Amino acid sequence: MGKTEQKMIANGKRLDGRGPLDLREIEMKVGVIPNANGSSYVRFGKTAVIAGVYGPRPLFPRFLRESDTGILKVRYNMIPFSVDDRKRPGPSRRETEISKVIRMAFEGNLFLKNYPQTGVNLYLEVIEADGSTRVTSINAASLALADAGVPMRDFVVGLSGGKIDGTLILDLNGLEDNNSDADMPMAVLPTKKEVTLLQMDGRMNPEELKDLIKHVIDASGAIYEKQAEALRKKYIE
Amino acid sequence: MRKNYILDLLKNDERLDGRKLDEYREIEIEVNPVSKAEGSARVRIGKTDVIIGTKMDFGTPFPDTPNEGTIKSEAEFMPIASEDFESGPPGEDAIELARVVDRAIRESQCLDLKSLCITPGEKVWSISLDTIILNHDGNLIDAATIGAMVALLNSKIPELEDDKIVRDKHSGKLPVSSKAVNVTVCKFEDKFILDPTREEEEVFDTKMCIGVRDDGKVVSIQKMGPGSLKDSEIYDMIDIAIKKSKNLFKLVGKDGKKDI
Repeated sequence: MGKTEQKMIANGKRLDGRGPLDLREIEMKVGVIPNANGSSYVRFGKTAVIAGVYGPRPLFPRFLRESDTGILKVRYNMIPFSVDDRKRPGPSRRETEISKVIRMAFEGNLFLKNYPQTGVNLYLEVIEADGSTRVTSINAASLALADAGVPMRDFVVGLSGGKIDGTLILDLNGLEDNNSDADMPMAVLPTKKEVTLLQMDGRMNPEELKDLIKHVIDASGAIYEKQAEALRKKYIE
Repeated sequence: MRKNYILDLLKNDERLDGRKLDEYREIEIEVNPVSKAEGSARVRIGKTDVIIGTKMDFGTPFPDTPNEGTIKSEAEFMPIASEDFESGPPGEDAIELARVVDRAIRESQCLDLKSLCITPGEKVWSISLDTIILNHDGNLIDAATIGAMVALLNSKIPELEDDKIVRDKHSGKLPVSSKAVNVTVCKFEDKFILDPTREEEEVFDTKMCIGVRDDGKVVSIQKMGPGSLKDSEIYDMIDIAIKKSKNLFKLVGKDGKKDI
């Protein structure tokens, strides 16, 4: 899954056969962890994440409680055999940073002020990693929070954009991530069309960058529909 | 309350210290203040004070880049810098700062990592870039990235004798071919604010930290804070950052004071 000299786009198709703006096969399930208040499983191609939500519940240790708001705690974690070289258990610097930006993607979207003294714990376990794990985690997180009945202003959709061989693409897999000129995970509120997470690394001129942001926002609606469908399915069956 | 006062002033595009919304405080850069470091920089933006140093040691290359040296960035929010900082391992804010600085430097490809290879696949130079916060008065990431860039531009490679590092002799400067800076753009309602003080950061808590290379390419972005941004706002923030980066590039590598 490392760097390769291979061309990543040939005849307008990516190595896995997708067009530049196509997403991988998506699977979403709600209610996969019986003990959690809400949970979900989301898979984009070979990237799979299980999300679980506990709370809102009284927060411990007590000194962390806030009298005027609830607190959201996020743990993004890759399980040891989710990647090529075993990932040592325990939070890495990368996971600490990603947990923070995911928290920021949700914090303003929840009505935490309605739940003073409490904590909401959001656990995101990456089961298999093939690129775009933080945005897949965001999709799983939205479903798990909705399943737990935590009120949200809007859903949160995660999707990555990137640039490879000069072409703008969506939903990068691991090989594309390692060989891209730029990658850009985003979280979008699909009905408000606003952005709550945006990270980019690579090299892009401002015009390309703006185009790519637009592509990601435009594509977020389709993912939102799949999320809504997965939720409906749980409660209809 | 102070917060309400800051917001009242903002309605008329005014700030507590009299600056314009897109105006930085005075930036002061000191080159190589620490002679034991391979390269170092002290950067003051107003009352914010950071010191950045590089050290070079032997390292092993990553398996997918056997011919390239490595660079790692760490940051310490020392208790001396603020009543809010505590001793102990780096917290999430320190980790985020170090990684955002790292990303701007790394993605700008300003450093020729291939020239830092000693024995392919086995031994390379590993650069440690450490950011120390001495006094926190906001906008730490912009200050730290300027400092990182100045420290790298002024780093000397230690000499090798019989495969040992000789620290007091040098075999040349680090090969740095371009420059990168971070410009943090805060947003509140329909206003954009640059170089926030610590007090302002608590009020304008939604921001984007935008890494720009000296050819005008955007090399990194980190949206921070709990708010949300419209696409048009993001586009404006990118344009503001690119425009302001030009002023910052004039300072990087120079020793002395300047208002921007």
